Amino acid sequence: MSDTHALQSYVLRLADNALILGQQVSAWCGHAPALEEDIAFANTALDLIGQATLWLTYASELDAQGRSADDLAFLRDERQFSNILLVEQPNGDFGKSLMRQFIFDAAHFPYLQGLSHSNDARISEIATKSVKEVAYHLERSSDLIIRLGGGTKDSHNYMQRALNDLWRFSSEIFMPDALELSMTEQGIAPDLANIETKFTRHIHMVFERAGLTLPESSYMHNGGKIGIHSENMGPLLAEMQYLQRSFPGVQW
Amino acid sequence: MYAQQVKSTGKGVKSLDEMDPQERAFQERINAGVKIEAKDWMPEGYRKTLIRQIGQHAHSEIVGQLPEGNWITRAPSLERKAILIAKVQDEAGHGLYLYCAAETLGISRDEMTEQLLSGKAKYSSIFNYPTLTWADIGAIGWLVDGAAIMNQVPLQKCSYGPYSRAMIRICKEESFHQRQGFDIMMRLCEGTQAQKDMAQDALNRWWWPALMMFGPSDKDSVHSAQSFAWNIKQDSNDELRQKFVDQTVPQAKYLGLTVPDPDLKWNESNDNYDFGEPDWSEFFAVISGNGPCNKERLAARNKAWDDGAWFREGLEAYAVKQDALQDAAE
Repeated sequence: MSDTHALQSYVLRLADNALILGQQVSAWCGHAPALEEDIAFANTALDLIGQATLWLTYASELDAQGRSADDLAFLRDERQFSNILLVEQPNGDFGKSLMRQFIFDAAHFPYLQGLSHSNDARISEIATKSVKEVAYHLERSSDLIIRLGGGTKDSHNYMQRALNDLWRFSSEIFMPDALELSMTEQGIAPDLANIETKFTRHIHMVFERAGLTLPESSYMHNGGKIGIHSENMGPLLAEMQYLQRSFPGVQW
Repeated sequence: MYAQQVKSTGKGVKSLDEMDPQERAFQERINAGVKIEAKDWMPEGYRKTLIRQIGQHAHSEIVGQLPEGNWITRAPSLERKAILIAKVQDEAGHGLYLYCAAETLGISRDEMTEQLLSGKAKYSSIFNYPTLTWADIGAIGWLVDGAAIMNQVPLQKCSYGPYSRAMIRICKEESFHQRQGFDIMMRLCEGTQAQKDMAQDALNRWWWPALMMFGPSDKDSVHSAQSFAWNIKQDSNDELRQKFVDQTVPQAKYLGLTVPDPDLKWNESNDNYDFGEPDWSEFFAVISGNGPCNKERLAARNKAWDDGAWFREGLEAYAVKQDALQDAAE
């Protein structure tokens, strides 16, 4: 793998996490439990799609085949997507979408803080811009987890169920493979162990205040980074890419 | 417009001489262009009519999220997706401003939501049509937001302060939405034959429902006469419809699209377009619940509300507990 290709593969991981989560969150528009949540969730989706666009634009600049950001979003197949499994998990009920958001935000925030010190100027620039938005996402999702965990028995149960279901996808982002180790070594990517420490500290604080407990099984799934996805990914992409696939090569 | 056929007192407009001193003073303030504010005295009919009008407008924004939301996950580029999310988010925001404006008249958002979900309150007929292709998203921005602006620009100057101020914010965003819709149409019309066909098909399906947004002729309506007198309606439905046709037909020509009305022609004697009569039986079917998507729209809103009950109750219970803790600490 050439250096440029490796760098592009790494940037695509960052892009795909934002794109796939943004795509999923955007489906809540008009269907959230309160008007304020419609607005806030749409805002989060908008930030994530914006961040995905920045990452994909950089990835397109590194692309040997000259593909555009839209080509990379809408014309790659499932096996070429490298997002973590967490973000592709189905929306489920609002509690599940919120828990997915919180777990991701809690990792995304320190991750972007780390990336803002990347010695790759473009990565550092995109991360510096994005981290301001994600600070707000994390503040908001943490606050809601605490409130709902400590609200009614019902709201507590919704959040505990979501945590039980999603916890097994929470560590994939911190499991480095050869590509990420090499990126960290070159000072392009941050040290994942360090980010995991910050993540763990934050989620423990929030879950303690919310009265939520981590599930007994600590088994963690991975595979998304190398394109081994869950069965949800195919239909998700089929929907997202439908127009680009049906009318190849046209402008929208 | 988003508020169609708002019923007023139905009693006809009183002359100043027929009014008691309090009502006369109120009417004179309106006639002088002074804004009425939430704490000012107002006739009960004025308050109730405004609640109906603002409520219908707010509900239209809320239900209006659904037809466009249908294409967010399928938007064809990153930029179009972001713009569409932002637009639907704006609509939720408009709903919020409008509910807040209505709340100043003594009705809660929950009560209004209840009226929407039970089917008691109306919302604009236009949102009961399905969005079948990407071009529908362009057509909605261009035609539906375009029609809405016709009505909302004058409402910025309406007599009720909170409504007028909400309208000023909303109008800024609506004109951006209309430009975005037209931009989608332009891109399609510059594209392949399949894209042009998609654009023409969307215009064919949305043209008449867009004209119906203004409601049937109200030139003899006692409800409208009262709303004019109170300055919460400034133009008749026919005047607004004419203005919309005159503005939109040249835009369709610019796009190279054909407006689906065989009676449409330029009338040199009055510098307006003559145009055909919408099928009002379709309009009445839609507003009485029999449009293509009425049931689905209400079902979607009811589902969001019912499925989210645990969420709202959880937040409320937490707030109550926190207040109790704070009281105990003091």
